[in-house]
Parts: sequence; structure tokens; C-alpha cells
Amino acid sequence: MSSSVTADNVVKAFGANTALDRVSFEVRAGELFGFIGPDGGGKTTLFRILVTLMTPDSGRATVLGLDVVRDMWAIRQRVGYMPGRFSLYPDLSVEENLRFFAAVFDTTVEASYAQIAPIYEQLAPFKDRRAAALSGGMKQKLALCCALVHRPEMLLLDEPTTGVDAVSRREFWDLLARLREGGLTIVVSTPYMDEADRCDRVALIQRGRLLAVDAPAAVARAFDRPLIGIRSSRRYDALLTLRRFPHVRSVFPFGEVLHYTDQRADVPASLLVDELREFLRKDGIDAAEVVRIEPTVEDAFIARMGEPESPATAPLRGTRPTNAVGQDPQRGPADEETGAR
Amino acid sequence: MTDVAIDARALTRTFGTFTAVDRITFAVRTGEVFGFLGANGAGKTTAIRMLTGLLQPSGGTATVAGHDVYKESEAIKRRIGYMSQRFSLYEDLSPRENIRLYGGIYDLSLKEIRQRADGMLSRLDMGSAADRAVRELPLGWRQKLALSVALLHRPAIVFLDEPTSGVDPVTRRQFWELIYETARAGTTVLVTTHYMDEAEYCDRISIMVDGRIGALGTPAELKQEFGVPSIDEVFVRLARPGQEPRKDPVPVKTGATTVSDGEAR
Repeated sequence: MSSSVTADNVVKAFGANTALDRVSFEVRAGELFGFIGPDGGGKTTLFRILVTLMTPDSGRATVLGLDVVRDMWAIRQRVGYMPGRFSLYPDLSVEENLRFFAAVFDTTVEASYAQIAPIYEQLAPFKDRRAAALSGGMKQKLALCCALVHRPEMLLLDEPTTGVDAVSRREFWDLLARLREGGLTIVVSTPYMDEADRCDRVALIQRGRLLAVDAPAAVARAFDRPLIGIRSSRRYDALLTLRRFPHVRSVFPFGEVLHYTDQRADVPASLLVDELREFLRKDGIDAAEVVRIEPTVEDAFIARMGEPESPATAPLRGTRPTNAVGQDPQRGPADEETGAR
Repeated sequence: MTDVAIDARALTRTFGTFTAVDRITFAVRTGEVFGFLGANGAGKTTAIRMLTGLLQPSGGTATVAGHDVYKESEAIKRRIGYMSQRFSLYEDLSPRENIRLYGGIYDLSLKEIRQRADGMLSRLDMGSAADRAVRELPLGWRQKLALSVALLHRPAIVFLDEPTSGVDPVTRRQFWELIYETARAGTTVLVTTHYMDEAEYCDRISIMVDGRIGALGTPAELKQEFGVPSIDEVFVRLARPGQEPRKDPVPVKTGATTVSDGEAR
């Protein structure tokens, strides 16, 4: 099938900060495609370009075959967009918000009911409640509903689950999966790496660059050396000890397990396991478990992202022309957008 | 100093007819990393506001660092540190200026402030960034600085409200190492998070459900109690009783909504 989104060397800078640095990718029709990465990576800037709220400095992007600069009015009719900040009218009720957004697009809630039904049914018990009085999870469901009310061919959802509790997040992804089954193309962004598995394909994004674009399992698999998991009741001590292992490349806590990689890419995992166990034991730590484990998308992200920015070594905002993404370009020129769609 | 940092008994807060926090009883030990979890709207923020002396309880008792939340809220404020995802630092001020401001607020002498600032800035490897506006720092570093500033007056307890939200995965883990260091140095840490893997880093966690504490224990104990492999699934069991954890979408049946009433607060 055709592409729903194409981006070819898209560049966007705010002053000296390059928010998007030659970004290229393609989203296929019918896909649930996720941009995964921390704040300040460029996710919001990219979404704003795709929904025609901002133009790229250079490069080209299309949405549903339409050019994001030349065809902006046509694109706006055909996509649904949910901005990263809560963008509904807090003083209007759930139902009033929905009717308002339907009216803006010259349609009605009734005409669109089939499309919004799965979500609206969850909102119905609160339809008279002011949007401001909804919980985080319910606000996001209402925003999704409003983004769908003009029956768009494609959804662009910018961090719909940020700050939402783990259970509401699951429910939100369940809704997206249902919408995708109905044939809708969905592009979504998230800082939660564990949500990558809910997407058909993901792009890992950091500091304005795409680190990888592939199916989540393939992203995780492309790990060039064994990953060792260490489980110990003295986790912090084990962590400090492993940091001193002569060949350590990285060791990080992942929940209750420490994830370890070695500088020597070719050392057999079984040998490595023995070495680590022995090293821990010499330090008085009898690890309950040292085993080879399968990398997650988050491991893959860490392996690809390199060193995190540090104030001492990273370019600060406005001091260098490239790579100085700083934290949030979205907080810059586009800030006036708060509260409006 | 006692070995109990926070001791809440039947602590309650109502707003009109609505009970936001419903007779919660729990204790946090000195030097513990305590995860304070719950769904949006479950009552976490209200509970934290009472424990930090910002909101009077409607009932029950609580002491924080040995001080009574009703009568000694000012003493509590001196003995605790607080950091949230936002608004912890003044972004137009430099790290050094923020430290000076907070040092002044907490009545430290100029000499103490200078000493602690120098130590803190070199530990954080701030370099020349120490004198630039905080706004220019990468988010992860702002968060590390915010934690250090929250610890500036050497509080007995520090409250961290979603401190790692949106931070890159490596910095998130470095932040947790700072939390471990803090606890090792004897400061009690109460932390909220939406990252379920972070719940596993805590010594003990509580999960609030509809204003009450639905579960309390070490991560291992809770997983065992609920017979599930992760805290994520403990959370699902508690927040949506009757609903099995799942990955695959299931159709939402007409009329049979899965949303509990508490959800929409």
C-alpha cells in the first residue's frame, strides 16, 4: 500500500538549536507508528510540521500524499491531531467539547458516532462533567475523541500517555489498537520505552535525529553483544562493584535486574557470566542470578544514544550552530499555542 | 531522631462530600526509599500535600520527621525537601543563584551556602554551566540539580514527585543512583512515578486506590501476594479489579464500561 507519511531530510532549527536534523522516514498506510524518545528529542516539532502548524526550514514532507507546506488546508481536513498538552476547553463539559470540535469541522457527533463509539462509551458516564475535572486518563480519552470527531483518515497523537498512570496508559493503547484494526493510520509519540511494543514500527528519536526505524522486536534484536542480567538482593552494591569490572561498557538498573554489557563484543556470554559471578563473589556479593537476557527496546535505545548531554561537555543552547537541541524547542516560538488547537 | 520518618494513622482528607484520602495508615522508616504509587486521581497528591504541611487533614494523625502535621507544619517544612517534575528551580536564574536563593529561604549562613554550592556544583560536574540560566541546561541535569537543591538544607525527608518524567533512559537511571546515594546518606526518600520499572527500585511501595492504600510492601512481597511477575501487573489488578492484565486489545462492550467511577476525578 501507499505511504501515509513521508519525510525527506526534514530540518528545523530555532535560532542556533537544531530541533530536527535531516529526518527521513516513511509511515505506511494502516500502520501504528511510534516515535519513541525523551523530552527535547524533536517529537513535538516533527508533529507540528506534519500537521502544518509549522514549516520545515528545508527538506520535504507529505501527509496522505499532500505536501505539508503547499497543501496545508487539505491536510488539516483529513488528519486528526492531539497535541501534547491538554488542549480542550476546561470549562466546557465532555459533551460540549465534543460538539464544539465537530462543529468546527462542519459535522456532528451523531454523524461520526461509529468512529468514536469505542471511546465515547467510556466517556459517556461523565458527559456532563467539565473537562477540567476529569482525571489525566479520561482527559486523554476525550482529546482522542475530539481528534476523531471529523472522521480523519489518519491520527497524529503527540505524547498522549505522558503523565498518565500505567493502567490508563494500557487502556489508551488498547483503544489505539482497536482504531488501527479499523484501518486508521496512527502516528504516535511517547517517552515511555515500554510502549514501543504496542507499535507496528517505531522510530527512536533523540536530539533531533532518528537513531533507528524498524519493528520494535527488530530494534531490540539489533544489539551487537550479549546482554547480561544480574539479580541480587544487594542491587546497589552489585551495581557499584560491576562498575569497577575492568571490561565494563555499561551497567544500569532495569527495575529489579541490572543490565550489563561488556567492552569486548566477541566474548562468549557463558564466559562473561562466569567472570561476572566470580567478580561479584570476590567483592562479597553472592548474586542470586547472572544470566544472558534478551535486550528490550530501552536497552537498544541506551546503546544507540551514546552519552547523555552534560552541562560541562554538551553544547548549551544558543552556543553552537549544530546539535544543540537543548531541551525543548517546543517551548520556544510555538508556546503561544497552549490551550488552543 | 526516631527511626520512623513518616507515621500516618487513619489520615483523611475530604473536600465537601468527596473523600480524597480515606483513613490511610502507613509508616516510612528513616533512610528508606518509599515508592508512593497510584492511578491519577487516587489521592496521592492530596496525601503528599498533607504530609508536607501544605494542607490540613480532616481526620487522623500524622507525624513527619517527628512533627505533628496539624500543629507543627512550619517545623515540618524546615525538615523536608520537595522536588517536582516542574517548578522546582527558577529557570531564569543560574544553578548557583538557585542554590543561593534556596539557601537563603532555609536560613543557611552565607558561608554555608557558598560551601555547599561549591561542593554540589563540582559533584554535578556543572563546569561553566553553573553560571548560566537553568533554562539552558538539558532536562536531565536540571532534574539532578533540582534534587541536589532539595537536599541543600539537609532535610530528614525528601519528597520527589515524578522526578524522572520525560528524562532520557540513561539519565533516568543516573537519577535513581542519586536517590540511592541520598538514602544511604540517611535521608528518607518518598517518590512518586508512572514508570513501573522504577517501582522496583524502591525498598517498599504503597499503591493508592480510590483514596485508600490498596497494597503496601516490598516489590517482591507484592508480586508474590498478587501472583504476578511485575509491579505493573500488581498495579493493574488493584486499579481495575476484575480485569485481567492483557496486551491484546479486547472489544469494548456496549454498556459494560471498564471505567470505574473513581477514574474521573
